Amino acid sequence: MVVAIAVVWEGGKALFALPSYQLPHLHEIAADFLREGAGGERWLWIMTQNAGYTALESLIGFALGGVTGLVLAIGFAHSRWLERGLLPYVVGSQTVPILAIAPMVVVWLGTSWFSKAVIAAYLTFFPVTVNMSRGLRAVDPDALALMHALAASSRQILFKLRFPAALPYLFTALRISATASVIGAIVGELPVGSRFGMGVVIINAAQYYNWRPANLWAAILVSAVIGIVFYHAVAAVERRVVSGSRTAPAV
Amino acid sequence: MGSPIVDLAGVAKTFESRAGATEALRAVSLSVDAGEFVSVIGPSGCGKSSLLRIVGDLVEPSAGVVRVKGKSARQARLDRDYGIVFQTPVLYDWRTVLENVQLPLELAGRPRAERLQRPRALLRLVGLDEFAGHYPWQLSGGMQQRVSIARALALNPSILLMDEPFGALDEMTRERLNQELLQVCAETAATVLFVTHSIAEAVFLSTRIVVMSPRPGGIERVVTVDLPRPRVGAIRADPRFFELVTTVRQSLREDPGLAGDRAGPGGR
Repeated sequence: MVVAIAVVWEGGKALFALPSYQLPHLHEIAADFLREGAGGERWLWIMTQNAGYTALESLIGFALGGVTGLVLAIGFAHSRWLERGLLPYVVGSQTVPILAIAPMVVVWLGTSWFSKAVIAAYLTFFPVTVNMSRGLRAVDPDALALMHALAASSRQILFKLRFPAALPYLFTALRISATASVIGAIVGELPVGSRFGMGVVIINAAQYYNWRPANLWAAILVSAVIGIVFYHAVAAVERRVVSGSRTAPAV
Repeated sequence: MGSPIVDLAGVAKTFESRAGATEALRAVSLSVDAGEFVSVIGPSGCGKSSLLRIVGDLVEPSAGVVRVKGKSARQARLDRDYGIVFQTPVLYDWRTVLENVQLPLELAGRPRAERLQRPRALLRLVGLDEFAGHYPWQLSGGMQQRVSIARALALNPSILLMDEPFGALDEMTRERLNQELLQVCAETAATVLFVTHSIAEAVFLSTRIVVMSPRPGGIERVVTVDLPRPRVGAIRADPRFFELVTTVRQSLREDPGLAGDRAGPGGR
């Protein structure tokens, strides 16, 4: 797969005679990691530090958004009324471009990691709410009748039936949220005032793009890797938690 | 105890929907004594499932009175007097076989020792103790339904409600499970209300068979099965067995207007 991408990449570059400022050679991107930055540190190390910072923000945002999404979903599943009242706003929140909201959040909450985590959470909670409120309702009627026949309380029905039955839905949502949280954190780092993270690296690299195009490509590569690692981490947890017959096919 | 364990008086059920009202049950009165095995048989859509669910307080009757052990059906449900088995096993995929049987004990907040011992004993009773650690989807349909029966017995209910429990199984598995069910019932002394499509199954299992008329369902006839108990497979070859099967079959009156296109589930 990696070889195929490399062949298409270099083949395309040769075929359309693309100059390096449009599409650098792969070895140029690789070499960029070994280049020394202004502070005397190699870019591999600079990228690693910033990527770690972004990953941490994403992780906190992912957790924050996951919990928020879950609480909303449980509320919606329990009360049609609540759903009817709040769902339009939840949907509306996602139609507003995140790029427009991010600077405001940074102004409100400061340029620390927290504002980035909140922006990541903003992108994360939505898939969880939508999928989970569906999953919590999509319970086999007989499984529910069984619970009623056994005089289960609504709390027991939630924790012993609805929630475990909805786990495959939850993980489908979490896989989407995992990559979205990284996007959110990076977007949160773009506004002026941020000092660390892949968003900052990308902004700087974009400014010096004509001079050193491989730097931006390297930053994009690293950002993608964070998202991919997150996705697979969620998928790994899913395999452990959800029993074999119930795992949703990989997206 | 002279008083019946289940007592239905003038029970009716009409389902309201946007398409209009459907009368499912009309004036059903029936008494079941403790220790009886009563089968309910009838054409598709005659409301026999609804009747079972009304007894179990899962469906509210539109009219009539349901008394269970001298209480309302609702109180009986809250007192956990029922064990229930559906046509599909309705096992929870995320629980092992043992954990599925533990569920009723967990819900009732029974002590830990009982939660561990009782399910083990029940799995032995249905011959699945080796499979305690398996997940439901690793078991065959017949085995899953046995787990479901073990789960229904977990709280030692006085009434077992069974809604076509063997309807989805092949004939051989069904006959074997019929035999096992009688043994299990003999050991637990539960009263059984059993909905089925199969005449032979009803005759083999029951002390009485309630034959229902087509929709709106009412009791067409009650056939007392006077075959000796305990019953063994050989009884299926007894002339009296055939007589009773014939009696039930003749009592099962098809809805004349719909006889042709009603073949589906009724034919099982």
